[in-house]
Amino acid sequence: MSEHVSNLEAIAGMALATLACRFGGYWLFARITPTPFIRHMLSYLPGTIFMAFVTPALVRGGPQDWVGAACAIAAMMFIRNLGAAIGLGVAGAWAWHLLA
Amino acid sequence: MDSATTASTIKFTRAGFWRGMSRAWPLAIALGPFGLVVGIIIQSKGLTMVDCVLMNMFIYAGASEIVALANWTHPAPILAAILAAFVVNMRLALMGPVLNPWLAKITPVQRFFSLFVLVDPSWALAVTDMRKGGTDAAFYAGLSVPLWAGWVISSLVGYLAASRLNLPPDHPLFFAALASFIALLVPLWRGRSDALPWLVAGGVALSVARILPGSSWYIVAGALAGSITGAIAEHRK
Repeated sequence: MSEHVSNLEAIAGMALATLACRFGGYWLFARITPTPFIRHMLSYLPGTIFMAFVTPALVRGGPQDWVGAACAIAAMMFIRNLGAAIGLGVAGAWAWHLLA
Repeated sequence: MDSATTASTIKFTRAGFWRGMSRAWPLAIALGPFGLVVGIIIQSKGLTMVDCVLMNMFIYAGASEIVALANWTHPAPILAAILAAFVVNMRLALMGPVLNPWLAKITPVQRFFSLFVLVDPSWALAVTDMRKGGTDAAFYAGLSVPLWAGWVISSLVGYLAASRLNLPPDHPLFFAALASFIALLVPLWRGRSDALPWLVAGGVALSVARILPGSSWYIVAGALAGSITGAIAEHRK
């Protein structure tokens, strides 16, 4: 029983920490006037966050993921549809998985 | 912000909400396998179904859940789990302010729920819409609801099916979550000025991931290094 309570405590703690991240950054920036430098930084964040997230995962993933990534990017560039890009990305990775 | 939106024209309409809902389904489906994996891991660590649902409803950040679960013990490692959530999700603190042009103009209740469900894919689509001059903050809310519901459901399905499913960890289906993040990079690309910041972000993230394996500092480090590079380049113009 106490074991289960500790699970709930850990989940509640994680939820609060995540909430602090979600609200904390917004709260802070709403209270300061960002300098032009900070505004420029924020404008670059969307792309750089995704690059930082994706690059190590791709390098770790190997050829199967690289083929899938190339398919997803090509589909997104030419079809401009997120569902198609994800589907073709998985299809590409799957094709490589079956062939290799 | 670099959008053409003027703060006074921000609205929150039903039409915008539905437009977001209609754009969210491919993402909700793509994140399904990711949710499935999280559910399977939660089951394998001996947590209850209630734990699984609470975790995914209130933490709702898969990467941090996987990191914390990797080192789960009984009784639970409370401090380590909290630290994992904080470090992996620190990027969310950087993401919130980017939505400020929309969030500052809606009601506090709408703002609370918008931030409560802040996650990477819906945020990226909202930022893309904002950059194109989008002024309807309900678009982001419409994106968020199916993603959140889909996440809670897919992780629960994973939990319940854990003993029957036997997918190897390198199964191509699990590539769907990464594929969605990669595809979302395409509309975020604004032109040549993005090249250097993106390269720096990827390079720094790769190095930090090598130096500190098993942690997630690499996301925050790469994102900050890339963005600072971009801001310095703008400053020199």
